[in-house]
Amino acid sequence: MKQFTFARAGSPADATRQFRNGAAYLGGGTNLVDLMRLGVTAPDHVIDVTGAVSDEIIAYDGGGLTIGAGVRNSDLSSHPLVRERYPMLARAVLNGASGQIRNAATVGGNLLQRTRCPYFQDVSMPCNKRSPGSGCQATAPGADTANMAVLGHTPFCVATHPSDLAVALTALNARVRVVSQAGVSQARGMAPDGGRWVDMPGLHRLPGGAPDHDTVLRPGELITEVELPPPAGGRQTYRKVRERASFAFALVSIAALLDVGPDGRVRDCRIALGGVAHAPWRALAAERVVLGVPPAAEVFAGAAEAELRYAHPLAGNAYKVTLARNLITTVLEELIP
Amino acid sequence: MDSAYATRITVTVNGEPRAVAIDNRTSVLDLLRERFGLTGTKKGCDHGQCGACTVLANGRRVNACLALAVAYDGASIQTVEGLAGPGGLHPLQGAFLRHDAFQCGYCTPGQLCSAVGMLTEAGPSAVTADLTEDPPLTPGEIRERMSGNLCRCGAYVNIVRAISSELPPGGELADPVSATSLGDTAPYPPAGRLAEQEARS
Repeated sequence: MKQFTFARAGSPADATRQFRNGAAYLGGGTNLVDLMRLGVTAPDHVIDVTGAVSDEIIAYDGGGLTIGAGVRNSDLSSHPLVRERYPMLARAVLNGASGQIRNAATVGGNLLQRTRCPYFQDVSMPCNKRSPGSGCQATAPGADTANMAVLGHTPFCVATHPSDLAVALTALNARVRVVSQAGVSQARGMAPDGGRWVDMPGLHRLPGGAPDHDTVLRPGELITEVELPPPAGGRQTYRKVRERASFAFALVSIAALLDVGPDGRVRDCRIALGGVAHAPWRALAAERVVLGVPPAAEVFAGAAEAELRYAHPLAGNAYKVTLARNLITTVLEELIP
Repeated sequence: MDSAYATRITVTVNGEPRAVAIDNRTSVLDLLRERFGLTGTKKGCDHGQCGACTVLANGRRVNACLALAVAYDGASIQTVEGLAGPGGLHPLQGAFLRHDAFQCGYCTPGQLCSAVGMLTEAGPSAVTADLTEDPPLTPGEIRERMSGNLCRCGAYVNIVRAISSELPPGGELADPVSATSLGDTAPYPPAGRLAEQEARS
């Protein structure tokens, strides 16, 4: 691991003021420290932001929640209001990592964790995400593509985003508050405190031609909180399929919500998939098929088909398309009241 | 050591405050083992995947290998060496012996610290059917909650039995007298699961 200077930030402004090229913000460290040990990332200055951002969950007028970026994953999933009003979110977090990691990992850090693509994590391999322009070992002949993307990928990067939390936030229409250095943001026409809101979906990018950028955040921008809109009606859940029953990343996961009106027709449907793309995948095409019609198995099958029609599985992961289709149909059927 | 890359920190380890200057790259795990000589905490994978390094930091179980010591300045750390008290072994240590819950023993310190921390954690798990309840700790719940601790010998069956045997009927550990302090900030034994449930309702 490369040597680094260390500082604690006492406020978001303090954190962004300390940021410079080559610096990294530290939350719980459960991903960053590992990446530093692997040599995947080598900051020369580490800024501990756990004292700079809120670690509280606050209900705001209108029924939504504001979640500080410093809230630990375990405190998020055990919070009574999260369990009661946003069950898909509690379940997504509970399905991520282990008890020890959830105790340390923060909300902000969870959203900004890096892919677990084995070629990204192995510094002896080419990787456009880690070293832009070096190539993509995951698309080379003989590569292990079992856990790579099936949607939205490019020949330059087929990695998937590993967060469960982000998939639920994508289905819940959450938004993320970010701040940057005041002078910088004013020049960009942002709020005086250097803040802006980023919607989910929208925080995470598809790889395009720049897979080294996981998100739309600019260097030095800091996530300070996540805002959940008032709870939606209907029923919701999170389901994760993985190679073992616990403590593993998703092969495919789904956050889903179904709300059927008094007329028997679906008035709200949200579907987000994890494990299939470079970003949490909001299945808008599938949602459009379900909205406005009575819920039924054949409708859900058509919805899954509409979403997955353009999937491009790689040599070793066609199973993910089947898995995603089955998850969409099965979970939506279970959500019918 | 270049001073720009080093920091003087104070941590309370098993109740004893200790000041030390460390290279900023030092993990809590390496601090415990290499600087303090507390080798009970084990290094398995050093990537947060095996749980052998589990300790309690401010009363919460964490992977010491992924914890930068410099970020834990001021924290209270409890290791397996701090589980036994004046009255003898921690109840869970006794249970692991009675139930033959280990073979080679390498994962055992992490299993013990993890179990002690796990029993203080309120709320549902990934296998809980009703998220609004604090479910009873069935063997299935224990397996899910302990999934961050691998045992290559495969002693899982008896680990679950050992933990099950020490489940507090009223939500508190059976024998708080022999359990040592978690340090200067966290009460021990912690407030029980049922007490927390009642406080919320």
